Amino acid sequence: MNFITNMFDRLEPTFSEGGRLSALHSLYDGFKSFMLIPNDTAKAGGVHIHDVNDSKRTMIMVVVALVPCMLFGMWNAGYQHFNAIGVEAGFWMQFAFGLLAVLPILIVSYVVGLAIEFTVAQWKKEEIQEGFLVTGFIIPLIVPIDTPLWMIAVATAFAVVFAKEVFGGTGYNIFNVALVTRAFLFFSYPSKMSGDKVWVRTRDAFWWQGGEAVDGFTGATPLGQVATATGGEVQLHDTLGNDLSFMDAFIGWIPGSVGETSTICILIGAALLLFAGVASWKTMLSVFVGGALTAMAFNAWGPQDNAAAMLPWYMHLVLGGFAFGAVFMATDPVTSARTETGKWIYGLLIGVLAIVIRVLNPGYAEGMMLAILLMNIFGCLIDWCVIESNIKRRMKRSKL
Amino acid sequence: MAEIKENAFLGPLNKNNPVAVQVLGICSALAVTAELKPALIMGLSVTIIVALSNVVISLIRKTIPTSVRIIVQLVVVAALVTVVSEVLKAFVYDVSVQLSVYIGLIITNCILMGRLEAFAMQNKPWESFLDGLGNGCGYAMVLIIVAIFRELLGSGSLMGYRVIPESWYVDNGGCYMNNGMMMMPSMALILVACVIWVHRSFNKDLQDK
Repeated sequence: MNFITNMFDRLEPTFSEGGRLSALHSLYDGFKSFMLIPNDTAKAGGVHIHDVNDSKRTMIMVVVALVPCMLFGMWNAGYQHFNAIGVEAGFWMQFAFGLLAVLPILIVSYVVGLAIEFTVAQWKKEEIQEGFLVTGFIIPLIVPIDTPLWMIAVATAFAVVFAKEVFGGTGYNIFNVALVTRAFLFFSYPSKMSGDKVWVRTRDAFWWQGGEAVDGFTGATPLGQVATATGGEVQLHDTLGNDLSFMDAFIGWIPGSVGETSTICILIGAALLLFAGVASWKTMLSVFVGGALTAMAFNAWGPQDNAAAMLPWYMHLVLGGFAFGAVFMATDPVTSARTETGKWIYGLLIGVLAIVIRVLNPGYAEGMMLAILLMNIFGCLIDWCVIESNIKRRMKRSKL
Repeated sequence: MAEIKENAFLGPLNKNNPVAVQVLGICSALAVTAELKPALIMGLSVTIIVALSNVVISLIRKTIPTSVRIIVQLVVVAALVTVVSEVLKAFVYDVSVQLSVYIGLIITNCILMGRLEAFAMQNKPWESFLDGLGNGCGYAMVLIIVAIFRELLGSGSLMGYRVIPESWYVDNGGCYMNNGMMMMPSMALILVACVIWVHRSFNKDLQDK
């Protein structure tokens, strides 16, 4: 560690006022506070909380919590690939293929997003804000494995500029930036974001292990199968036609966006977030409760010929991006409701809306993205209502 | 006098642009800009209608009773809109089908009523004509900028002519794809916002404090 400290100390004069590279001061500052914990906390006295846990530390914690999903997603990408082309492959080979397939997306999303953040920070002469550390890590997790890299670049640039920087940067955005990236991809290039061709990669990764899909291969995700099913109850199957059970979906070896398939890894991430005190358990729980109740209602009274309505409620919670959205997206501290009562309402409505969109709109197999984006708009309003009603209640009490 | 004349025409093109500064006529700007050709025709139609109705209202401005002035203005605009709509149907039928109700809806365009009320009712015919022309052109200018981006990125063509070669597309072995969102009105709104952004960054005096 001393070596890093020394390096920053040595570089300090070059980047400070009057130094050769003083124009890049924010860059230096950003890297320094990324590598080292800042020495100064708020001065004692007043109402400040004394903690060195700045937003960089918080963001890194979220990235750590996302790592299980990322690793599993990489392995799953390779697993699905070798299944699809009918090649026997060991664990490490599957993981290596997934790594080669996912890594470019991760690099593109970080390079594009951070380049814009750094440019804006230099231009406005502000410190570099760290919000993109998480956004850049989430983007590869919520897109199909076969999304072309230039689309990721365009969508990331669009989202960082129009969903974040125009509002004033990290902490001021109304919408979750990673979800805006996905929404942009979804509406701009629908053929690359839905259907049954994009979820499993059959072509090569860096000219390695390419192949042709075997006979009988279908690349539809379970939710895609539900959306296109014509009858009432539907038997889900994997890409080779074998039946899928609840446990399969819970463990996550099913086709889908890279990081969203494995509910078990998401729950590990959730535990880490809650342990570190970064995310709110109220939001997480209420999303699951809202989704479960709505799905149960559809199970009981929904239209009999609608496959999504007849899909058992517990399946709704483990398929698609529901769990991932509930744990990592709905709890985004910037865009979600902040009051304690507000979190319950906010989460419940996300869960309800996600299932309602899945069931009642056959055009959208997955409703989580739209549900969260929609509730992002209402987050502030919910807070306002909660605070106002609180004020009213206390006013009444004080009069008595 | 010369100053009013100059400002009447050049003002709306830049510092007083009806779309970028006054944020009027946004609805039709979103609806007709998916392709360049209808946007051009729409811009041209609005320019003609604003300029002529401004002249007509300016000529009779002293005889219009204040209590019924809106109705008189509407009648003048409606007559001109009908004429333009018939001309379009006669000569460029396919575009008039594409524009559908939006030609008829020029009558409710805020730019028109705004110019008639704010300018033509108080000024002489020649100045009113210039003002109408300027506002129409200012409106058309924004429409054309937005439409160029939408058609180029959304369909890969301009005025119906292919700009981005077919061989670039995914279907033909390339890797390019049209941006479907450009075809949606929401993207038009973002593009209008970009136009406003660029415009304000050149005109610091228009920025909100």
